[in-house]
Amino acid sequence: MPIEPISTPTLVFSGLALVALLAALGAITLRNLVHCGLCLAVVLASLAAVYLQLGAQFIGLAQVLIYIGAVAVLILFTVLLTRGREPEDSPIFSCGGWVGASTALALFVVLVAAILSFPGGDPSPPPANIAVRQIGESLMGRFVVPLQIAGLLLTAALIGAAVIALPRHTARGVKSSADTNQSFPLN
Amino acid sequence: MDQVFVVAKRWLVSMVPEPLQAVLSMLVSAASIILIFAGLFALTTWLERKGLARIQNRLGPNRVGPYGLLQPIADGIKALTKEDVVPRGADGLVHFLAPLVLVLPAFLALSVLPMGRNMVALELNSGLLFFFAVGAAAELSVFMAGWSSRNKYSLLGAMRAMAQMISYEVPLILSALAVVLVSGSLSPSAIVDAQAGYMGLLPNWHVLTPWGLGAFVLFLIAGLAESNRSPFDLPEGESEIIAGYYIEYSGFKFALFFLGEYIGLFAVSGLAVTLFLGGWHAPLASLQGIPSWAWFFLKVLGLIALFIWIRGTLPRLRMDQLMKFAWKFMLPMALVLLLAAGLWQRMAPGPGRWLVSLVLVLGVYLLLSRALFEGAGLAKRHYRYAD
Repeated sequence: MPIEPISTPTLVFSGLALVALLAALGAITLRNLVHCGLCLAVVLASLAAVYLQLGAQFIGLAQVLIYIGAVAVLILFTVLLTRGREPEDSPIFSCGGWVGASTALALFVVLVAAILSFPGGDPSPPPANIAVRQIGESLMGRFVVPLQIAGLLLTAALIGAAVIALPRHTARGVKSSADTNQSFPLN
Repeated sequence: MDQVFVVAKRWLVSMVPEPLQAVLSMLVSAASIILIFAGLFALTTWLERKGLARIQNRLGPNRVGPYGLLQPIADGIKALTKEDVVPRGADGLVHFLAPLVLVLPAFLALSVLPMGRNMVALELNSGLLFFFAVGAAAELSVFMAGWSSRNKYSLLGAMRAMAQMISYEVPLILSALAVVLVSGSLSPSAIVDAQAGYMGLLPNWHVLTPWGLGAFVLFLIAGLAESNRSPFDLPEGESEIIAGYYIEYSGFKFALFFLGEYIGLFAVSGLAVTLFLGGWHAPLASLQGIPSWAWFFLKVLGLIALFIWIRGTLPRLRMDQLMKFAWKFMLPMALVLLLAAGLWQRMAPGPGRWLVSLVLVLGVYLLLSRALFEGAGLAKRHYRYAD
């Protein structure tokens, strides 16, 4: 069997996939949570590069904008706010976490089922260049209800976060942000 | 004269054999962007120091070269020869990568801006999205720098910077979205083309419409905050947290941070020019003889001068003022501007849409600012010991 020459797209994809896999491995095994977050950002960036390579310009750029610009940064922010202490003197790889493994397995099963249930045959290649206009029109037309539901879900999450962050009424007296504002009339 | 750079590049590219032409074309574009904006960076540091000195009644740099013009070169040599100090507790790799993560995307963002007729390095359908996407890396860089230095001040600076950048990114993108709504395209070249032509004496720029003026002002404010410049320089406030997230950087890495910040400022100014000030179009029909690239850079320098002026004039905000301004004023205003832009797009050209747009923008501005002003409880401040 003759060895076929590797085409450039394959080479680029392999490189990106390798980077994504290594970074993903780092994201789940490293001990320091900030390192995990940064690895996650690398995974998301290489996924965006894969989207760009497939010609999905809008999705690739939106991936960078939303996942790296907002989600990864927020994850890092949360890590900083909730875990002030230094990592302990333990091996740099964390082990255990059977909950995570079972979740990953469940997701894998779902994905495999979804791929297997795909109607067979050669999938017709998508139109070469989907304009952003078409994406917008379908989001505002056919998929407007899912879009609104996603928005509602995010709003609910935001309100939940605000409720958690609200100052607690303790027994010793109310220490609310309104109180602290009183001492600074120059708001 | 207008197309001198385009012709020069075409000639240069045609000198090499066919397979290399695409690569060379990319290299030439990238090299010219890096060289021109690095040169502009040197010039701007000099201009800024001179301008601030003028405002503060000093002379500014005046020792190196005529009028201190060689000061940036002296600064560069100083930065290069300084010792590169990395704190013992620092996270080496992240500490090393942070300046690069700031500088590279800043240059990338410049590549989608049309800097003259037929002068855009990277022609993308969703160029505007590209611009904001690579801008997102700046937040990551600030975090990496602040966290990896293992210094309380730098971590404080990074926290402030991230909160500020996330908050002001929303009005920044929303005000740019108003332009996208009207011109119907995400491509910066198409947005510039939409502003071609003149109505009477005035150019057909977006800034000369009621919604466009409002969006321009919002965009400039949010852009100032995104590039961490005064009055939004809390993340690097020298008097509060001793320069914030890059406190532990010295030598050339510090210079890279400095460069990245200015390149980001150029990118935001360039985008403001592209979106609102007609890009490379001349402001008057009679001035079209001046080359298009000259107009682009003149407008960018004009905005830079405005930024220097603002830096010399306004005091720094407090953190809660910063957040309140972003979420209670900028965000509702940007949403209203989006509505006004949509109405402008739907209505027939004529005085009707001018009136609707003007009333909407001005009315909401007045209502919002009055409500916030009254809610703020502004009163004479009583000092505990000084009264």
